[in-house]
Amino acid sequence: MTTSDAPAQAVGTAVGVGSPALRFVNTSMTFADGTHAVDNVSFDVAPGEFVAVVGPSGCGKSTLLRIASGLQSHTGGACEIDRSSIGYVFQDPTLLPWRTVQRNVELNAELQGMDKAARLDKARAAIELVNLVGHEKKYPKQLSGGMKMRCSLARSLVLNPKVFLFDEPFGALDEITRERLNDELLRLFQSEKFAGLFITHSIQEAVYLSTRVIVMSARPGRIIGDYPVPFDFPREHDLRYSAEFAELCGKISADLKDAHS
Amino acid sequence: MTALDDILAADTEQGVAIAAIEEDLAKVPEGASPKSQRAKNLIPPLITFVLFITVWYLYTWSRFDNAAQRRNALPYPHTVITDGFLPLWDPLSRNGLRPILPYMWSTVKITLMGLAIALVLGITIAVIMNLSKGMERAIFPYAVILQTVPILAITPLLTQLFGEELGVRLVVTVLIAIFPVVTNTLFGLQSTDRLHHDLFTLNNVSRWTRLTKLELPSATPAIMTGVRIAAGGAVIGSIVADFFFSKGEKGMGYYIKMRQLRAVERPEMFAGTIMATLFGIIIFLIVGWVTNRAIRNWHESVRKPS
Repeated sequence: MTTSDAPAQAVGTAVGVGSPALRFVNTSMTFADGTHAVDNVSFDVAPGEFVAVVGPSGCGKSTLLRIASGLQSHTGGACEIDRSSIGYVFQDPTLLPWRTVQRNVELNAELQGMDKAARLDKARAAIELVNLVGHEKKYPKQLSGGMKMRCSLARSLVLNPKVFLFDEPFGALDEITRERLNDELLRLFQSEKFAGLFITHSIQEAVYLSTRVIVMSARPGRIIGDYPVPFDFPREHDLRYSAEFAELCGKISADLKDAHS
Repeated sequence: MTALDDILAADTEQGVAIAAIEEDLAKVPEGASPKSQRAKNLIPPLITFVLFITVWYLYTWSRFDNAAQRRNALPYPHTVITDGFLPLWDPLSRNGLRPILPYMWSTVKITLMGLAIALVLGITIAVIMNLSKGMERAIFPYAVILQTVPILAITPLLTQLFGEELGVRLVVTVLIAIFPVVTNTLFGLQSTDRLHHDLFTLNNVSRWTRLTKLELPSATPAIMTGVRIAAGGAVIGSIVADFFFSKGEKGMGYYIKMRQLRAVERPEMFAGTIMATLFGIIIFLIVGWVTNRAIRNWHESVRKPS
């Protein structure tokens, strides 16, 4: 596992150093019912890299994430990842409704057997990181959609994961909340230096967040586009309205149009 | 009401300038809100109650020709009180509330014990059924049979197995109460969110942790629904059992049955029935209260009083 095949990674300021944290090698997935979901996908995600995957719905991009996390086994190729240190952020916040924000944030650490004192420290830090201080005693039903998602992020942050997997986490949020959370996620990415794999169907979100955008075709999902994202960090809100940003989004959009045909 | 509260909240933040208006506004909800709300909640059932009593009076009055007939068939409500419940506390009288209480106490004991056993056993069975589809298939048909077999038709068998005293009454109570606990718990366990399961899978948890930290808490509202149905069943079960198994300590069912035998004791029979019903209502309210305490913070079905 060396970084010999890293041309696309040497981009932006958050350049990955060392071996990849996540590596797909000719990964394929065919379900028992014959659905060919993922076809021969290969790419690496190194620490300090944030790879976004966009594609038409049902193209197997979520399957890719489930394979990486071990929730789903693959039928062909390989997937190399250290599963002892992954954070997984679902489409839903998936908070346990009977637990307060505090106890939800502690959940992953608790299930992994971290002792109580360490858990409380970590949870406090994570709650600070996602700006939920003062809401620790609230229950999920008292939170807004954005706050729930931040709580969900904090729950994963407690474990300081080396690899962060995001499964369209902000898809259900309104535009304003989504953009704010994008900025918070960028901030977290810069401070925590994890390797990120982010599934989304929003091209703008993909380009804004990532160091590299991978475009997948309709089922069976193959890689049909691979774009380094050249913008420096920290990225500001206005970046979304620059000409370069629009140009890159345009290219990806054209790829996606082809993906459907 | 809430709109007004919002205005008040905003006013409070804005401070002194509108304090006067605020004071005026405040008088309305302060004085009216909690009391009028309670009255609003109480009036509909009160109307129903008055209607019911009226119909009872009218029926008894029109259906029977004289006082003796009425008393021995369907006594007026006030006769039930004067002849059934009074004297409230006379150690020498064989009538009134006092002699009812030992029977009542026995029924309370059997019902609560039966309900507790049904709860523990029912949840355990549901948890075992939830372990695998095979387990569910192996057990479920027999749970249904247990529920559908006419328990009273097998009284001779039950007597043979459990004797004719306290034990068999407890068994009947458990048999009636356990089915709703099993089915509702199983439904609750199986309704656990798929993504929550994924979340626990990602943390490599044991089956036990998954059960105690995910499935059971998630099933709590369903379990409590089962308990609520079971509670009513347990009261009926323990009283009906008294009719058929009458050795040893005796319960309300026995009291009612004995008073049925003689027409002149009709008011006592009604008094006994009303006591048993009141007990059922109290259990129902307690279960409701416990449910509310358990899930009010998080479940959508419970609205927080604002």
